[in-house]
Amino acid sequence: MSTEKGWGMRAFDWFEERLPIVSFIDHSVGSKYPAPKNLNYFWNFGSLAGLVLVIMIITGILLAMSYTPHVDHAFQSVERIMRDVNSGWLLRYMHANGASFFFIVVYIHIFRGKYYGSYKSPREVLWWLGIIIMLLMMATAFMGYVLPWGQMSFWGATVITNLFSAIPLIGDEIVTLLWGGFSVDNPTLNRFFALHYLLPFVLVGVVVLHIWALHIPGSNNPAGIDPAPQDKIPFHPYYTAKDMFGVGVFLLAYFTVVFWFPNAMGHTDNYIPANPLSTPAHIVPEWYFLPFYAILRSIDDKLTGVILMFGSILILFVLPWLDTSRVRSATFRPIYKVLFWIFLIDCVVLTWCGAQLPEGLPLILSRVGTFWYFFHFLVLLPVVGWIETPKPLPTSISTPVVPKPAE
Amino acid sequence: MADTAENQVVPTEDESRRDFLLHATVATGAVGVAVSMWPLINSMNPAADTLALSSVEASLAGLEEGQAITISWRGKPVFVRYRTAAEIEEARSERWQDMPDPQPDEERVQNDKYLIVIGVCTHLGCIPLGQKTTETRGDYGGYFCPCHGSHYDLSARIRRGPAPTNLEVPEYTFLSETNIRIG
Amino acid sequence: MRIVLFAAAAITLLGFAPATTQAAGDAVVLEQQEWSFDGPFGRFDRQQLQRGFQVYREICSSCHGLDYIAFRNLEAIGYSEDQTKVLASEYTIEECCDDQGDIFDRPAIPADYIPNPYPNEQFARASNNGALPPDLSLMTKARHGGPDYMYGLIIGYEDPPAEMEAEMMDGMYYNTVFEGNQIAMAQQLFDELIEYSDGTLATSEQMALDVSAFLHWAAEPKLEIRKQTGVRVLLFTFIFTVLAYFLKRRIWADVEH
Repeated sequence: MSTEKGWGMRAFDWFEERLPIVSFIDHSVGSKYPAPKNLNYFWNFGSLAGLVLVIMIITGILLAMSYTPHVDHAFQSVERIMRDVNSGWLLRYMHANGASFFFIVVYIHIFRGKYYGSYKSPREVLWWLGIIIMLLMMATAFMGYVLPWGQMSFWGATVITNLFSAIPLIGDEIVTLLWGGFSVDNPTLNRFFALHYLLPFVLVGVVVLHIWALHIPGSNNPAGIDPAPQDKIPFHPYYTAKDMFGVGVFLLAYFTVVFWFPNAMGHTDNYIPANPLSTPAHIVPEWYFLPFYAILRSIDDKLTGVILMFGSILILFVLPWLDTSRVRSATFRPIYKVLFWIFLIDCVVLTWCGAQLPEGLPLILSRVGTFWYFFHFLVLLPVVGWIETPKPLPTSISTPVVPKPAE
Repeated sequence: MADTAENQVVPTEDESRRDFLLHATVATGAVGVAVSMWPLINSMNPAADTLALSSVEASLAGLEEGQAITISWRGKPVFVRYRTAAEIEEARSERWQDMPDPQPDEERVQNDKYLIVIGVCTHLGCIPLGQKTTETRGDYGGYFCPCHGSHYDLSARIRRGPAPTNLEVPEYTFLSETNIRIG
Repeated sequence: MRIVLFAAAAITLLGFAPATTQAAGDAVVLEQQEWSFDGPFGRFDRQQLQRGFQVYREICSSCHGLDYIAFRNLEAIGYSEDQTKVLASEYTIEECCDDQGDIFDRPAIPADYIPNPYPNEQFARASNNGALPPDLSLMTKARHGGPDYMYGLIIGYEDPPAEMEAEMMDGMYYNTVFEGNQIAMAQQLFDELIEYSDGTLATSEQMALDVSAFLHWAAEPKLEIRKQTGVRVLLFTFIFTVLAYFLKRRIWADVEH
């Protein structure tokens, strides 16, 4: 190597001295970030979520350029996007299905954290930030679904905003405040559009904090033990290459849905313009809200239902302390491992229940499911942490004491 | 695993193969991103319904000598003026070669009587005055832009002021004696 | 691989849960037709769409609007620009307003949308025994079963079974596909009610097929370009994924993991 630096290199150094942005990126997701060498493919979903967020923001900004947030024009402007705007159909289908894929990716990301104990000390704040991201996503997705102003948009908005009327004493005032009127109407649509455009950028901010909080302790890993320095490899090129492959696989699934089944995850009623005088026979939220919807409907009392629904998410904030075991990874926790899979099945059952009419078997199942959901967090996790005898932990990632699971 | 056997490959060969794969993957990804940029950017171009309205038809039957009407076309005003014989005479009497944007009146009209121009000042896009009888028509009897003081004559040519060129003549055809299609 | 399976399972379980519900809710099983636009490479049959448009124009359009279709859009089903001009000029548009402030009539141009048969909802209901004939532009996307549902509905008129006889309300017709089996629309298609300009025999089944296909085009006019683009995008993504896979393996070759 020659010692003489070209002018380009010197200009780069000059800039980098004043604003070390390249070093910053390199330390965040580059060669200066040492990551455990044993991360499996479940660790791809963090960067995938970042990719979907970028896709959503880009397509969203372009859609906003052709969308009209007015009750008389919203539905029509969406149809204009689908029919007249150049590639408008592509933008809309990417955006609508992008929301679903965002939740698929993030839910897998969360369950991965739950399986491998990524929420445990010292990563509690990282976990909190993740929950805040999920809450922001839910709010954004909900308001976005209202924008096309179809029947499901309208009645979804009506039902969800009415949840707040369960708040004692000031509930009705709060709902009126949310609506900006006496029912879901033009002011509601207007503010939902404004917030739907704003929140993703707030989300980006929290994502930056999430990554920052990740870099303080570093990534967790499937073994759940703190890796020795020799068990770490630079994020770039190892995990950037692995993430690239993950991105490819993800895009194959995403594009298959966008180009061949663009309406499979939507609801037919949303192709009927909103009609405030007639509710569709069977209203259901988008699939990613179904488990929470099932919890809401499992109880006959309005306030209790609402408290349980919000509680089912808020309980995640105290998860790091509900789980009393000091072993992180479920790999070394025989009882917890079983509980994890039961919990996953419980969530799937609740999802199914959320799509059914709340009577008969689905109602019974959603009651059992709701009970188990909270029983899992409030009773099983603390107790199992005490009584369970974990398998012996490996002394290092390189020398596992148990046969390593097939990857 | 399977990779261990391949570790025996001579490092240089290994590296060149890695380089090739690296370049191929990065290039493919870059091409993919670049190609997908186009539909994104193109979505900001005029949509099909907008393009479908890019030409309008209008009747000049009610327009009498000395009067003017404004037609909306592509979101812009088109000035149509039924010029009197004296006005046509005036527009053609002066030496066009000395004007800031030299052009003979004959080149700017299809039918001598009708002056048809886009009513947008070529300086910075304001709408010049002079269509209504109550408005000033500037020092050259045509149009006057109030924003920065451009004076246009009876052929809507720039004569004084900051505007660089004459008012633009839109593409139009006479479908009949008094019917025109603009665009 | 585990991850792929997991993702697939997640999509199947979560994503299609609502879809299955509604399918379960429907009492009737729709007869599946073979549509030219089905499948990964599906395309519209332009001849069929034109026949379907003829059915819409000569039968459906007396009560049903097609609000999101402009005459210019018909170029996409094989009409020339001049043909759409002629077609459009047969319709009248009420324009606001002339110099006196009055609404006046003018012939439609290709940029105009197909006029709705009724000026407003109240008028439509008053003319139809209180029922509102829905707009058809998005019908196949707004009903489960899409074009199969359309076909089944149009063709699904029968005499009510004995046990339904007493329940039938005045001015309602028995339909095997419609929810609740009572529909305000009478049977519209009868064999050879119209004469196809391409010479196809206009049986009621043929007309139902054609108009359902036409309405699916009206609801999803970008279906062809969508699938064609999809094939190219997916192939490209596949190549990228394969390259990325081998690159990943190569880079990880020196790590024992």
